[in-house]
Amino acid sequence: MEVVKRIWKRNWIGYLFLTPWLIGLIGLTAIPMMTSLYLSFTSYDMFTSPDWIGAQNYLEMFQDRKWIASVKVTSIYVFLGVPLQLSFALAIALLLNKGIKGLKVYRAVYYVPSLFGGSVAIAILWRQIFGGEGLINNLLAYLGLQGMNWISSPDTALYTLIVLTIWQFGAPMVIFLAGLQQIPVDLYEAARIDGAGRFKQFVRITLPMLSPIILFNLIMQIISAFQAFTPAYIVSGGTGGPLNSTLFYTLYLYQNGFTQFQMGYASAMAWILLVTIGIVTALVFATSKKWVFYQG
Amino acid sequence: MKTEVASMEKGTKLSTNVNKKKSTIHISKILKHAFIIMLGVAMLYPLIWMFSSSFKPETEIFTSPSFWPETFTLANYVEGWKGLSGVSFGKFFYNSFFLVSLAIIGNVMSCSMAAYAFAKLDFAFKKVWFGLMLMTLMLPFHVTVIPQYIIFNNLEMVNTFWPLILPKFMAVEGFFIFLMVQFIRGIPRELEEAAEIDGCGKIRMYWNLILPLALPAVITTMIFTFIWTWNDFFGQLLYLSDINKYTVALGLRMFLDAMGQNSWGAMFAMSILSLVPLFAIFIFFQKYLIEGIATGGLKG
Repeated sequence: MEVVKRIWKRNWIGYLFLTPWLIGLIGLTAIPMMTSLYLSFTSYDMFTSPDWIGAQNYLEMFQDRKWIASVKVTSIYVFLGVPLQLSFALAIALLLNKGIKGLKVYRAVYYVPSLFGGSVAIAILWRQIFGGEGLINNLLAYLGLQGMNWISSPDTALYTLIVLTIWQFGAPMVIFLAGLQQIPVDLYEAARIDGAGRFKQFVRITLPMLSPIILFNLIMQIISAFQAFTPAYIVSGGTGGPLNSTLFYTLYLYQNGFTQFQMGYASAMAWILLVTIGIVTALVFATSKKWVFYQG
Repeated sequence: MKTEVASMEKGTKLSTNVNKKKSTIHISKILKHAFIIMLGVAMLYPLIWMFSSSFKPETEIFTSPSFWPETFTLANYVEGWKGLSGVSFGKFFYNSFFLVSLAIIGNVMSCSMAAYAFAKLDFAFKKVWFGLMLMTLMLPFHVTVIPQYIIFNNLEMVNTFWPLILPKFMAVEGFFIFLMVQFIRGIPRELEEAAEIDGCGKIRMYWNLILPLALPAVITTMIFTFIWTWNDFFGQLLYLSDINKYTVALGLRMFLDAMGQNSWGAMFAMSILSLVPLFAIFIFFQKYLIEGIATGGLKG
């Protein structure tokens, strides 16, 4: 009895403050995760009770043309879009770094697309800009060039969305700028005395000192790119077309789960997504030992 | 005499060299600024063009890439504001603001409570819980969204605002806990000790001392909750099906579906209006926004 009292006295206040979060952790994260793992081995339409079908959902995926298309589309989006976006972010951050006048204004201007980028409004704008009679083609016409409908061509639709993600390089750029400001100036002075040129300084000082931040940005952007949804949904009107060329993984998951009510299949897709993100993140971490420099 | 002349010559040579160098630096600086400004204009061009197009008559939108409307009209705004099926955009804005307000209250309360516990209180398994919290940061919400939907469906909460609000009161957005933990840890112990001597309990301490002192982190949380909830589309698409409950994001989507390609002017006008609250936040709280991204890695 004494022990119980003592334990209670030591812990109750901490757990009191933790209660809302704990309820969420259990009710909205832990139990749902278990449930979705279970559902992924069933056939379930929300109206009749789930049928255990073993690994069939997982096996089915590899025969599902649309699933394969969605993996391809998402891979291109992640592995092309993220490096390009971060390269832009880094290049512009370097340009803005050197005690430039008007930094705050420039930073703000470049950040604005990141602020708006995820919204439906911008996705609508994109649909117009890259449409057949859109802004891009109007500008091309001024140059005497013949445009095309970039959104409704399966060869180009995905790339308009990659352009959209590159356009939003402002947020990682702000993080790069903050990182660049942490690099001690005397490192560069010492290098200059030793006769190191600008390029050498960049390769030998800036890149290593910034590498933890590059890693951070890389992982954050990869995780969020895997989960991109809104632009593909709006630009393709929820279909992922033309010819599945904008069928992002999450969009296909949404179609399966919430328009076809194949919730077992959608749950299996969600777990594949989780595992894929986990593996890709782990791989990036594993390689990071080779290229990320941590100050001792 | 000869040497003097030579050295003088050398001197003038040197000084012209210096001048030359100075002017090239000057020119390269101007070029750099010019490049940065041009790129900035190019990036903002689509936004500015959408803004100006929202004041253009329909036909001009498709023919003119210029910033300035040849014929200025407010018809797009009047037309767009009417909305669809008798529900105006005013209703959508009201719903969005309602949702955002409750999300902000929920996030600030629940995340600051958890953050206070993690940062300042002592209890069993604290490290385990903290580790779990960090793990949820990386979790794609797709693995929980289907069972969550089933739960809310069983509670008969689908097509209400509850599924979008309740999770915020349960601190599901761990980023904010993390952000506030970092901040609250920095509050000096002496202040708490002084309050304790005055007989202040932990609950009053949280309310009267920690929350006010953590105000910058609270404001950052409010701003990002605003932006994320305002821009959220997946959740709203999932849970809200009655047009009277539509948010701005859903209203715009429906507009696009219903009008197809026929009503870009009105669609642009409403799109611009939907960005105004975000822009206002950006203008008034830029410092918090930039700091939140730079230190917490919060995505914009």
